[in-house]
Parts: sequence; C-alpha cells; structure tokens
Amino acid sequence: MTGIYLISAFSIAALLFFNRNTFLNYLLVVLFGILQTAFTLYVCFNYKSTALVYFTFDSLGLLLLITLGIITLPALFHSYLYIVRHDETPQSRGIYFAAIVALITSITAAYLANHLAVIWIFTELTTLSASMLIYHHRNKLALEGTWKYLFICAISITFVFIGILFLSLSLQHAGSDDLSFSNLMLHKDELNQFWLKLSFLFIFTGFTAKLGLVPMYTAGIDAKDKAPAPAGALLASVLMNLGFTGIFRFYSVVAHTSLHSWANLVIMIAAVLSIFVAAVYMTKVMNIKRMFAYSGIEHMGIVMLGIAAGGIGYYAALLHIVLHAFVKSGLFFQFNQLYRTFQSKSILYTGNYFKYHPAGAIVLLLGFISATAMPPSGLFVSEFMIFRSLFESSHIAILIIVLVLLTIVIWAFGKNVFKILFLPVSGIDESKIPKINPWETLTQYAMLFAAIWLGLNPPAVFVDLLKDAVSILPS
Amino acid sequence: MTNVLLILLIITLLYVSIANRIITYVRVLALQGFILFGVTYLQLKDIETWNLVLIMLETIIFKAVAVPLFISYLIKRNRMTRETEPYLPHFVSLIIVTAIVVVTILLSNSIKDTHLDKIFFIVSLSTLFTGLYFIASRKKIITHVLGYLIIENGVFVLSLAVGNEMPNLVNLGIMLDVFASVLILGIFLNKIGDVFRDADVDQLSNLKDY
Repeated sequence: MTGIYLISAFSIAALLFFNRNTFLNYLLVVLFGILQTAFTLYVCFNYKSTALVYFTFDSLGLLLLITLGIITLPALFHSYLYIVRHDETPQSRGIYFAAIVALITSITAAYLANHLAVIWIFTELTTLSASMLIYHHRNKLALEGTWKYLFICAISITFVFIGILFLSLSLQHAGSDDLSFSNLMLHKDELNQFWLKLSFLFIFTGFTAKLGLVPMYTAGIDAKDKAPAPAGALLASVLMNLGFTGIFRFYSVVAHTSLHSWANLVIMIAAVLSIFVAAVYMTKVMNIKRMFAYSGIEHMGIVMLGIAAGGIGYYAALLHIVLHAFVKSGLFFQFNQLYRTFQSKSILYTGNYFKYHPAGAIVLLLGFISATAMPPSGLFVSEFMIFRSLFESSHIAILIIVLVLLTIVIWAFGKNVFKILFLPVSGIDESKIPKINPWETLTQYAMLFAAIWLGLNPPAVFVDLLKDAVSILPS
Repeated sequence: MTNVLLILLIITLLYVSIANRIITYVRVLALQGFILFGVTYLQLKDIETWNLVLIMLETIIFKAVAVPLFISYLIKRNRMTRETEPYLPHFVSLIIVTAIVVVTILLSNSIKDTHLDKIFFIVSLSTLFTGLYFIASRKKIITHVLGYLIIENGVFVLSLAVGNEMPNLVNLGIMLDVFASVLILGIFLNKIGDVFRDADVDQLSNLKDY
C-alpha cells in the first residue's frame, strides 16, 4: 500500500504538471485528497508495522501524519479558492498543484522513514517542490525569495549529508554499516563519541533550515512570505514538523549516549537564540506574513527548549508542535482573506478589519490568542508544561530570559494584530473592498478549535500516542 | 598516487583564491572533476564494478564536463562581466585559504582514528571551508554557485573515504550533485539571468520586514 501510495501520488503530481484541462486538474486534486486521507487511515490501522523496509508506522510518524492529513484538506480547498480568484493560466495552475502534491507526498514519506538517508532524500524533494511554490508569482521578489531558499536549503542539505558521513564513521567503530534508527539504537553504546559529536552538530544545523531555528531560519521566512498563503500554511506548519522529525529521531539516539547533556546544551543555545531573534524581529516587522513566520520561529524555539529540558518537556514539545501546526495553518489561511480585503501585506495599510469582514477578524483574534498561548488556547497547556520542565530541570535563568522575550513577542504581536483589527486606516476606498463569504472561514475555525480541543481535553488515543512517541527518550 | 591527487586538489583551492576571472573558477572546477575521477578510480577498490562505473561516469560527466560547460555558457549568454569582484584583496584571500588548510591539518592531528585516512578528512574539510569562504567573500551570484560546487567536491572527497565500506553513501552524494545541478543550474540560473542581468547579491536585498 505504501508503494502504491507513493507511486500514485507522484504520478498524480506528474499528470498535474502536464495537464492543461481545468476539469481534469481539479479531479486529480480531489483524487489526491482522497488518496492522502486513505493512506493516513491505512497507517492508523497498520500502526507499528513496517512497509518497504524503510518506512515504519511508529507513534511520532503517525501523530504528525494525522496532523498533515487534517491540514491537507483545507490547504487544497484554500488553494482552489486562491487559484480561481487569481485567473491563473492553466500552466501555472498545473505547476502549483503538482508542487503541492509532491510536497505533501514527500513530507508524508519523510515522516514515516526509519532511515536517516531516506529522510534526507525526501527532505531534498521537499526543497524542490517548495521552491516551485515560492516561485509561483514569477516576479523579481519571488525569484529572490526562491533563490535564497534554494541556496540555504542546498547548503543545509549538504550539511546533513556531511553529518551522515560522520555518523557512518562513528558507526564503523561499532562494526556496522546500517544507518537505520533501530540499528543505531542497537549499537548506541559502541558509537565513536568524537564522530557522533561532529555528526550531531552538522545534522542539527542542517535540519534547522526546515525547522526554523537559528542559524538557518532565514530561508524559511522569505519562503513563507513569497509563497501563496495556502502553500505558506504548509511551509509554516507541516514542513517545519519535518525538520523536527529529522532532529528528534536522531536526538533520540544521541540521548542514549554520554553526549546527552552536551546535545541538550547545543539545542538550548539554538532555541534561546531563536526566541531572541523572533522577539527582535517581531517588534520591527511590518509585513503580516513575515510576522506569522517569525512567530513560528519563536514556537520552534519553545519546542526545542522542551526537548532540551527533558522530563515532561518531551511530551509537551510534541503536543506543542502538533497544536502549533493547526494554529499557524489557520492563520495563514486567514491571511488570504485579509489580503483580499486590503490588497496589502503591510500592517500600515490595514486596519478596522472587524468592520469589513467580522468572521475573518474573529479568526485573526482567536489565532492571536492561540499563537501567543493565552488560555483557552491549547498551546497554553503545552507551553506551561515546557516552562515547568525548565523549572524542574533547574534552568531558572533560561526560564526568566525566555519569559521576558516571550513578553516582548506577545506585546509586538498584540500591537500589530489589534491595529489590524480595530484601528481605522486612512486612504482606503471602502467601495472597493469585496464582500467575503463567511463560510470560507469555516475551515479556519475548525483548525483553531482543533488546537483548543486537543490541548484542553485531549482524547485518550492522542495522549497514548504522545506518550509512546516520547517513550524512546531516556526519562 | 591518491595523496598526490588530493594535494593537487588543495593547490587548486589556493589557485582559485587569487584568480581574477570567473572563467578561471570554471576551469578549476573542471580540473577538480578530473582529479575526483582519478581519486575515485584509485580509492574505491572494494565495490561492485557497475557501481564504480556509475560513480566514475558521474564524476567525469557531471563534475568535469557538463556543469562547467553549462556555467561558461551561462556566463556568455548573460554577458556577465569577467571579474569575480571579491570584497577582499586577493592577497588576503590567499592567506585566509592557507590558514584554513593549516588549521584543518592541526585539527585533524588531534583525531586518533584508524578507520579514516586522515588526508581525506583534511582535504574535504579545507575544501568545504574554502567554499564557504568564497560564498561569503564574493559578490556575484554565479560565484556563490561556484563556491557551492566547490563545497560539494569537498563533501564528495569525504564520502570517498568511507566509500569502500558504504558505497551507498557515495551514491547519495551523487544524488546531491544531481539535485544541485538540476536545481541551481538547470531551472534557476536561467531565470536569474533573465531577470537580473549580471546579477550580484546587492540586487537580492529587496525582501524586507517592512
């Protein structure tokens, strides 16, 4: 079934790429939506089994795959709305949907891969398909964004490859040459520490381009800014989770060696710096999409803090990354309606959104409350647990720094969002503002409520999956 | 013989650091392709013949011929100026590259590992850092691409060091190569040439936060 899924999904992408017929195009997109959902269900029913040697349906993979499956459907729906409203040529429409399908398929495969090299290959494929999405508008700015994204991703992918080479040197000391995670776990005590250290540094640095942490976060910001908002939603949620998968799976091996506390230190430095960078840029940023993107950087910093702190932080980090994916994709879907209302990305030229599109304004308000982790947001629960884990692992100084930085982030975010929502802006021709059908916001409400529900009242299955996913880490 | 070729690779780096024209970079890149071809043949003795043939074909076709030819075609087509436009004088570049090589040699002396031929480690790391230095210190986008290709050659050397035990990793390295060639050169530089004539990074600073 996994083979069938991969082959048919990539052939749908190829057909979309060459097809110019409108009806066939949307038929293929619907078909892919069904295929993705069916495959997610299939993985649910075959939990803990292995397919095609390199794909294991474990808890982490399943958890993120379900998140992806849920986000895919509104992403396709909003892409449809986007494409219809923009009078795309059949060619650019085809390329757009082909890239989305290829992106989702490669993310799916990378989530489930149990082998470092396989994750690496599919990460390469996500870079390719994401760059096609970023270049969608084919103008100078899009080209600049694409170029920066490509170049930084190419370098970071090379870094991951160097890390894999060092890891193989480390593994040779154990007399083995299989880079699957189960085999690494088996030989965890015999790995050469020196090479493992280098390898962790390179692999971590490489995957930060996808995860959105210091040092490689820059590429992602431009990418989310220039890609059409429905695609930006995928880049800002599920693609970041892909970077997390890569780091988390390798970290769970390193955590069992004597390098555990050193690795925690590395992660913590990167995480605190990321929150710092997000806080600094959030106070300056005037572009709404980039503001959302920087908020993502901040959240990934918090997630990695949870991983570094350990204890309940592991559980909270996984919960946080799932909830963040829902909230952030909801916000990005909403951005399109905001842009249609004001025809501008800049906070300076937007305002009084409640008057023009109340349903969307409530989404933005709820999204703000969720993204800044205020109750009743589900992120409040996970962030609270992460702070508790920092407290318990006696990282009080870090906790204080992070809390101060988060206050700055909330202030900056709030200042901007409330300006968009309530302050009237001059120079807007109200007759030109289109009426937006409130039903189109339904999926966004669904995303935000999913985040609240999963945080406040998580179903038992969900909790079991989370607990099982972190059970491979040392307590 | 392998050692001679690898040292030659280091010398090409020093040569590039004082090169004034872009076409010199391209020629050196082609030369590095041939050197890697030789190293592959001498180094990978334990792997299957068809795999060896594949790897050697890749080094000679991609690294030594196709990519350099394509880049020189791009340079001509986009009428790029010949100078590399470094931010620093050549003399400083030469000193920095030499320093990189010396530091990696000192660094690798601290490694006690019987599984790794140290010269591979030294050559690949110094090529890697030199490539990064070229990216940071040159102005033109095309030199950034060339710097990236130099990094890739360095990584390829490292993958050859473990190639006998894990030939699959060398194949992965080839995938990385193909990926870079398709992406950066095939799709992209064509477009960059159309939109930004004689592109340098100063033109790529319009994406801002406000």
